[in-house]
Amino acid sequence: MADIKTKEFKSESRKALNNPQIQKSLVRVIDHFGEARVNAIEEITPEVWEILREKARTIKTHTMSYLDHYLDLMEANVRKNGGVMHFAKDAAEANAIVASLISAKNAKSVIKSKSMISEEMGLNHVLEEMNVDVAETDLGEYIIQLAEETPFHIIAPAMHKSKEEVAKLFVEKAGTKLYKEIPELAEASRHLLREKFQFADVGITGANFMVAETGTLVLVTNEGNGRMCTSAPKMHIALAGMEKMLPSLEDLGVFLRLLARSATGQRLTSYTTFVSGPKREHDKDGPEEFHLIVVDNGRSKMLQDVDLREALNCIRCGACLNNCPIYQNVGGHAYGWVYSGPIGAVVTPMLVGLDQSKDLPFASTLCGRCKEVCPVKINIPHMLLRLRNKSTQNEGAGDKPGVKERVFFSLWFYMVKSKFLYKTSGRIGSGAQKILRMLKLENRIPFFGRWTRSRDLPLIPTKSFRDRWKDVGTAE
Amino acid sequence: MSKRIKASLFITCLVDQLYPDVGLSMVRVLQKAGVDVQFPEGQTCCGQPAFNSGFNSKALDLAHKFLDTFEDSDYVVLPSGSCGSMIKVFYEDLFKEDPALQKRMQAVAGRTYEFSQFLVNVLGVNDVGASFHGKATYHASCHLLRELGATNESINLMKSVQGLEFIAVENATVCCGFGGTFSVKYPDISEAMIGKKLDTIQASGADIVVANDSGCLMQLKGAMGRRKLRTRAVHLAELLDNKVTING
Repeated sequence: MADIKTKEFKSESRKALNNPQIQKSLVRVIDHFGEARVNAIEEITPEVWEILREKARTIKTHTMSYLDHYLDLMEANVRKNGGVMHFAKDAAEANAIVASLISAKNAKSVIKSKSMISEEMGLNHVLEEMNVDVAETDLGEYIIQLAEETPFHIIAPAMHKSKEEVAKLFVEKAGTKLYKEIPELAEASRHLLREKFQFADVGITGANFMVAETGTLVLVTNEGNGRMCTSAPKMHIALAGMEKMLPSLEDLGVFLRLLARSATGQRLTSYTTFVSGPKREHDKDGPEEFHLIVVDNGRSKMLQDVDLREALNCIRCGACLNNCPIYQNVGGHAYGWVYSGPIGAVVTPMLVGLDQSKDLPFASTLCGRCKEVCPVKINIPHMLLRLRNKSTQNEGAGDKPGVKERVFFSLWFYMVKSKFLYKTSGRIGSGAQKILRMLKLENRIPFFGRWTRSRDLPLIPTKSFRDRWKDVGTAE
Repeated sequence: MSKRIKASLFITCLVDQLYPDVGLSMVRVLQKAGVDVQFPEGQTCCGQPAFNSGFNSKALDLAHKFLDTFEDSDYVVLPSGSCGSMIKVFYEDLFKEDPALQKRMQAVAGRTYEFSQFLVNVLGVNDVGASFHGKATYHASCHLLRELGATNESINLMKSVQGLEFIAVENATVCCGFGGTFSVKYPDISEAMIGKKLDTIQASGADIVVANDSGCLMQLKGAMGRRKLRTRAVHLAELLDNKVTING
């Protein structure tokens, strides 16, 4: 599995907040995506958009409820089409299947199109250890491969890098000249990648959707690199999280209309690729072998949890990231693993363990913007609350919530439970605050210091509402 | 003569203990609108701080307390969108183990309204006859907007205030960064969020920013005070009760 750095959320988010380049990129990209999405929805009208969202939600809920059936159907149809479907229970097993397929072919070079599941598996690392030359062919992924980083954003992995940073990377890691302008950099990457496309033994892709009724794999891309990976090499290996399933091509229509509009604001991406098995007898070209590896890696555990299974409906469009005020400020790397933003805060604890990623469900104001923009209407804030409860109850978590927090809530609880304590606490608070202010100690109280370093505390009044209520009305 | 509408106040712990003037303003506005206002003394907190921190059993205890206190009320009115969504949206979840209690809770939740929604959607009042001579903008509290679906109520009420010039700001519906314990657990992020919010409010030239939630107000007032801004953050009830004046 990919390295897990989720425990460093606080320090990494602070770093991102203090990094001017990251802050600049966040504003630029997020404004662009946000505006494009709104315009794309306006075009088909918000009413039609709502109908599509509701349909998508119904289809996904149905598919997840009968996933075993659709997996069987998919397997039968992939076989009928001349391909092989494998099932991997975790990242290690998926990596082992890829490794054995590559070894059997004696393959030396692999080209990849963007795949979040392969990031999850840490596949590139495994291939490098086998001395296989592996090249990411999506430009953003290529850049972060050179930089040895994880994706900053689900659909725009290198959005945090300036053109100057990219130009420098190209010089240092790919041996190009030092370019100044983006078109030059794009042209350079075309030449670098063209050679890889030409001579690669194996193409590895992800999958945006699997269509069970036809055994078809669907890929959406904007660079055409995905299609090169599925057609140029002799072997095509596709990786898909098992939640990528859809029953029929008719269902797919709903999702294709939602995905590009939510992600980039396009009606459709530039390329929508359908792969139904290897090259057939009368085909002029195409891969001789087609393997689909369907990966579980914690997903069946998610499926069992009625409160959290909805997260499997996600189509990885990134709209919740673009609209999340937390992501907009800290970006993707703070989340410490493959998935970031609101959906990452739900999926990561489920896949890597809540004990590893306790900050993620708590680092949210529960503002609900993610739920509002989600094309499949996933109720992310409610799931974050569920995870917080699990974390506090120590369900599936290795360590207990902080002592300070437990003490705070226990004291608070006694106060609000008793009318008497509740009434007096305000008066005590008011008096104590006055004394602390006089002694200029107000900003030194451990818990409140994190508030007062940038914000004034409200002055607790001597008389509460209930003390003054009789001035305006009569008590019941 | 038609029967007078009777409403119980759920004043919320923050208004009770920190912002009593907001509560008193709300009472006066409701009374002016002809409502017979009651204040059940047994009330304390809705339990949201515990619930949002994952201490669901403590929150459940307080949900019981709320139910006991307000089950007989015709209406429950409160000055906060987030406490409102705790009661109207999240209590249901807390009571899911006990369908009978859940049903009783749903009945009370159905009669519970946030202040602006009560005025506009229940009483049909858009103009309370207040006046304010200055520029005002609105901060949409997240829970009020997205959990309770209040899109226009407050803005309609503000626009009916005589002399008020309403200024729409682009990020009015973006979170202020309060989020309860979030504001102290992740102060860096919380500060960045309120910082961006204040930049636009300041640029808008507004004299006041109106919000309907003590949490957002605490965050807005706290950061505005530290920045020594001329703009003030006020609760909608204070504006409608003619209690707001422009800072010099």
